[in-house]
Amino acid sequence: MHRTKIKIAEDALDANTTIATANRADFDRAGVAVVNLMSAPGAGKTSLLERALAGADVRVGVLEGDVQGSMDADRISALHVPVVQLNTDGGFGGECHLDANMVRSALPDFDLDDLDLLVVENVGNLVCPAEFRIGEDAKAMICSVTEGEDKPIKYPLMFRTCDIVAVNKIDLLPHLDFDLDLLLDNIAAVNPDAEVMRVSARTGEGIADFRNWLLGVGGRDEVPA
Amino acid sequence: MHELSISSAVVETALAHAGGRRISTVNVRVGRLRQVVPESLAFYFGIVSRDTDCEDASLELELIDALMGCDCCGQEWDPAPPAEPAIHSGLESMSLLPQFRCPACEGVGARVLRGEELEVESIEVEDGDPEPDRSPSGRAATPG
Repeated sequence: MHRTKIKIAEDALDANTTIATANRADFDRAGVAVVNLMSAPGAGKTSLLERALAGADVRVGVLEGDVQGSMDADRISALHVPVVQLNTDGGFGGECHLDANMVRSALPDFDLDDLDLLVVENVGNLVCPAEFRIGEDAKAMICSVTEGEDKPIKYPLMFRTCDIVAVNKIDLLPHLDFDLDLLLDNIAAVNPDAEVMRVSARTGEGIADFRNWLLGVGGRDEVPA
Repeated sequence: MHELSISSAVVETALAHAGGRRISTVNVRVGRLRQVVPESLAFYFGIVSRDTDCEDASLELELIDALMGCDCCGQEWDPAPPAEPAIHSGLESMSLLPQFRCPACEGVGARVLRGEELEVESIEVEDGDPEPDRSPSGRAATPG
């Protein structure tokens, strides 16, 4: 038996990156800005989106990623925006994240030319979603104050990959033994470049900041044909 | 838990370059900032490679220490928290921060120079496969 060594030197996630690049080209062609929204389960992704998108003056679509169920898509569709539910247990093996190929499979369900902004609500998980590019312009994560101050230290990959961190549920602070400054220090330690905003999907505090950030991502010029 | 996704990607990459030959070794370079648990990656690798040409291949991991560089002052440092920390409890353990801010000037110009790799560096394949239908046409190596 003869053994041959084959030099590869290829990023293991290159296959995903190739598809993400194809997604990106489609988004550019249609002039759609894309945000990858990530968080732990229950941090408030859908609630924050409901608040931020209600009455927003932008042509927005939402791609909901969940292992099972369409509860989130049902909630978002009440805003009368195009929404597509992607369940990762249907043909994707119950994946705990969205990757570029899953997102690509859902794109035909949108009329991208009629959108300025596409928000992809990833599967609730602080680990795997950080690994997979989907062709997005920006990554945002939501970290709620009920999760503990140590999360940036425990999940640095997620916190480091994000452009902004929205700290949600701040209306609960008076009821919690939670050190907000410690959380902010920990975020700054792992990702000094991240923009941090404090929000409450319940009271609406800080929602305008989050909405403005979302719409700012959409400030891309039309790509000439 | 991301080791499952990563091991799938590693196996797919290896298979894509093997040309249908049996793979005996997969060499992977992983930066420590990827937070891959080697034992976990090996475990999932064994599962996702089943019934492929990668089955029973050995997975060789080269772990690469992280290195940060500061654009402001030129300082270079390893962001890992001190190894083997004393046992801390509660909030005390927060002092064991990974250091992503420049320890010299605390500037904002910190960049990762090394430590985010996730690379299939090479594979070793078996030529002279006893099952000829697995072999690609026009292979150069002589069966040994």
